[in-house]
Amino acid sequence: MDNRYDAGMLDVAVVGAGHAGIEAGLAAARLGCKTAVFTINLDAVGNCPCNPSIGGTAKGHLVREIDALGGEMGRTADACTLQSRMLNLGKGAAVHSLRAQIDRNHYARIMKHKLEQCPNLLLRQAEVVDLIPDGSRWRVVTRLGAVYSCGAVILCTGTFLGGKVFVGDVSYESGPDGMFSSAFLPDSLRRLGISLRRFKTGTPARVLKSSIDTSGLEVQVGDQPVIPFSFDTEDQLVNREVCYISWTNERTHQVIRENIHRSPLYGGSIEGIGPRYCPSIEDKVVRFPDKSRHQLFIEPCGVDTEEMYLQGMSSSLPEEVQRDFYRTIPGLEHVEMMRSAYAIEYDCCDPLELAATLEFQDLPGLYGAGQFNGSSGYEEAAAQGLVAGINAALKLQCKDPLILDRAGSYIGTLIDDLITKGVSDPYRMMTSRSEYRLVLRQDNADERLTPVGRRLGLISDRRWKKFTQKQAAKQRELYRVKNTHLPPSEALNQILVSRGTSPVSTGVKLGELLKRPQISYQDLDGVDCDRPELPLEILESVEIELKYEGYIRRQKAGIEEMRRVESKILPNNINYQEIKGLRLEAAEKLSKVRPQNIGQARRISGVSPADISVLMIWLAVYKDSGRNAEVE
Amino acid sequence: MMIGTNNMGGTIAAISTGQAPGGIGVVRISGPHAFEIGEKVFCPAYGRHLRDLPGYTAAFGKIQRNGKKVDDCVALVFRGPKSYTGEDVVEFSCHGGLYLTRQVLHAVLDAGAKLAGPGEFTRRAFLNGKMDLTQSEAVMALIGAEGSRAASLACAAEGGALTSKIESLAHRLEDLLAHLAAWADFPEEDVEEVASDKVEEILKNCDSAITRLLAGFEKGKLVREGIRTVIAGRPNVGKSTLMNLLVGGERSIVTPYAGTTRDVVEEKVSLAGVPLLLADTAGIRDSSDPIEEIGIAASRRRLEMAQLVLVIFDGSQELMREDEELMDSLPSVPVIAVVNKSDLDQRIDLKFLKRRFPSLVLISAKGGEGLEKLEEALSDLLGTAELDLVGGELFTDRQHSAALAAEKALREGLEALSLEMPLDAVTVCVEDALGALYELTGQRVSDEIVDKVFDQFCVGK
Repeated sequence: MDNRYDAGMLDVAVVGAGHAGIEAGLAAARLGCKTAVFTINLDAVGNCPCNPSIGGTAKGHLVREIDALGGEMGRTADACTLQSRMLNLGKGAAVHSLRAQIDRNHYARIMKHKLEQCPNLLLRQAEVVDLIPDGSRWRVVTRLGAVYSCGAVILCTGTFLGGKVFVGDVSYESGPDGMFSSAFLPDSLRRLGISLRRFKTGTPARVLKSSIDTSGLEVQVGDQPVIPFSFDTEDQLVNREVCYISWTNERTHQVIRENIHRSPLYGGSIEGIGPRYCPSIEDKVVRFPDKSRHQLFIEPCGVDTEEMYLQGMSSSLPEEVQRDFYRTIPGLEHVEMMRSAYAIEYDCCDPLELAATLEFQDLPGLYGAGQFNGSSGYEEAAAQGLVAGINAALKLQCKDPLILDRAGSYIGTLIDDLITKGVSDPYRMMTSRSEYRLVLRQDNADERLTPVGRRLGLISDRRWKKFTQKQAAKQRELYRVKNTHLPPSEALNQILVSRGTSPVSTGVKLGELLKRPQISYQDLDGVDCDRPELPLEILESVEIELKYEGYIRRQKAGIEEMRRVESKILPNNINYQEIKGLRLEAAEKLSKVRPQNIGQARRISGVSPADISVLMIWLAVYKDSGRNAEVE
Repeated sequence: MMIGTNNMGGTIAAISTGQAPGGIGVVRISGPHAFEIGEKVFCPAYGRHLRDLPGYTAAFGKIQRNGKKVDDCVALVFRGPKSYTGEDVVEFSCHGGLYLTRQVLHAVLDAGAKLAGPGEFTRRAFLNGKMDLTQSEAVMALIGAEGSRAASLACAAEGGALTSKIESLAHRLEDLLAHLAAWADFPEEDVEEVASDKVEEILKNCDSAITRLLAGFEKGKLVREGIRTVIAGRPNVGKSTLMNLLVGGERSIVTPYAGTTRDVVEEKVSLAGVPLLLADTAGIRDSSDPIEEIGIAASRRRLEMAQLVLVIFDGSQELMREDEELMDSLPSVPVIAVVNKSDLDQRIDLKFLKRRFPSLVLISAKGGEGLEKLEEALSDLLGTAELDLVGGELFTDRQHSAALAAEKALREGLEALSLEMPLDAVTVCVEDALGALYELTGQRVSDEIVDKVFDQFCVGK
């Protein structure tokens, strides 16, 4: 205690400089708050301790939404892309998802530099060990005794918080990639009344490229042309690396089965709950014994390193078992590991204790983001960091909070899922988690969210101008195709028939032709002579909106209904135990989640439609009586 | 593309008189589009539009559905906030009778209103400050009770026939959605491609199952409300004896004299588990007795309205002219020939009757023999063996409405497939269909799909 000293005042303190902490710190600082971002190790800023890639199904949507709101992840990923692919082409526009392999060292360097350059922001190596409420402020205490007085604190502690690494029967306290873990903060958080739980995750080995024989392996190349994440990136990106695909076999599985008792997971020494979507290879072998092989991707970690990442092969088996089963895999017969696979266990909160702003309901000024909130994934973390950073700033400036709803974004869906349904294992975003996915596409993320970013003050004039011009061009093109008649002609019918759709005998609107799933813009190049020069992204967006018009309308009707019930706001201080007619389980769940509105209440598991009726009537009576004082 | 346009949001409608036959039936519409929807179905006799009427006034006219007149009716107009719910309200008072009143309701629903939930008018009345605290407490208790009953029902009826039918459909859609989700969310993993013909097959199966359920709704209604059944036959073949046997008490006066039954005697009975609205009629014959004639006329009218006829013959006598006349005047509805007095010597030409009536039973009404044969014949005839009477059919208009929504969504999914739309468009239709099915059973979709993805597919990096 003696060593403590007053280190001054901050508006916002961000604990952790991973993907959540970066966006939180940048957003708060850009909105004018004096911000510090604390990290246990300055060389771990923006680290990607697992896969060297950004995006993927639904995650690509998140990156684009972060970008549209003025976040940093998309631009930085574009700046260090090694290979890019648009996943799910052919499965429909709603599930198109961008994913890029990135140079992870480069990514971390760019992010660190951005934090260093950002006005109002101090990037500081320090381990935060204690948080002490101080009136309406927080005292943030570091290991070396600095005490900062802060208006808001955002916890972005990732796998550092109480981190413990497992490899076979060896285990030790550690953060990711050999960093120190944050060992003191968990007790401090418990003292604040936060319920901590243990989650775990894992990562595969990094191996030496020259020890892999790629000659017999399937090569996976990137898409041409490369589509960037950021709506702001204008340079034409190129693919610089390839990935390889290989498969496990019966021998691999045999090695794993013979040693399964040495896995800390099956031996019982890991208490944390792992993510279902990210099973270790031993998990896959045990749970799906009928599968004779499992796929793995061999991915580059950067242009100036020979480390390769073995995606799909995470494990917590002992090091020599890892070596043995990796070496049963074609191409890896002589592989040399550079970093072993490991499992890592960490502390996280129960997100049901959070509000939609990501602030703790009972601890004003304290926010959480990323793995701390029970999610997993760089993109999920960044999205929450951005929202927490924005909300911390808005609150300090006495402005209305930013609450994104399920109908407007995947970010809103992610946060609503976390705070309303809670999590039983690390949460990953998936397209199937959104009920409005035809509306929430990656191609229209800017249309949905850039106006929001602009209102907040996170979108520059230059970018706003570019955005409004793009939207105007899109509207003009939509108008044009809906009002342009094509006469029936030999040339047109030839195109239609060759695409497997019926010819026309009378004039037809261009828009009607583009509605046909078989017909694309490119198909009509020869007959659509008045088409203006437009960027591909606009054509794509127009075409999707035409083709999906009816289905989008179906979803919009659902959205309207959802927003109607979301507009029925529930007061914050309801004593649910006293509402007659509510079932006990419902009352308990409602008291815990404290939903903002009837719509959110409806999504809580354990709250039945009959409970909702009771709640609605209670609400009406409550409003009617106007006796707010009697609620408690 | 046939995507629905019936999206009038907050306007609801329901039958607000009891669900029992009565002199008058009232269909109430409430909400911002009440007048607009009312005008779509109401054709005023004197040309004044509903929207031009002041509050608390009435107009006479007729209700039309699909261009056909349903019923004459009086429309009452209330302007919000001066109405029961505090919103704009139109009430159609029509001629009562469940069938007609339902027709009026369906016309209103077709025009864009949503079927009101239980207590929804009352709920709206609260929301608009039309009720005081005491009244609201009472309603709350009511809804609370409904909730707990629903809960106990849900427990008891894991085995409920309707629930299990719907659940088996829902599970098929869930499995399909889980596969679609795994396939879309884990594109680089070893998830088998979803073939569109397989999707089509599943959707078609579910669609026809729901269509069957919807058809069963009509049939089920028939069963719930009782099948109008006439016992017909020339005088004194034992109609009243049969009636009494079925009713289990002396309802008709039985004498050995022909022409004893002069009124139509009606009773609700249950035979083979099927409720019959059973009418014992005066024996049909030429009569000079004016009172008996009235009875006979009533019998003939009754016969015209029947949904099922039990035609009785006297097995101990040869067929008579009156028997043959009756056979010729039978309406084209299911008929069971009942040859009575099987305990006596048989003189009737059974071969002839069997040719004429595929459904024929021999009984002795007096001795109570052959009743089970009659039950069997009835079951066979109505196909009630398929008709699940313990709840395997859609029961309420609300369930009907949800099943319709599911059917519509499935058909849009099938249409999307046939248009060769990508599977994401099909998927949202399937999700909507599943949502409607869960609404039907009172469950809600939560994370079942996501859970299934991880249970059934080896996905994840």
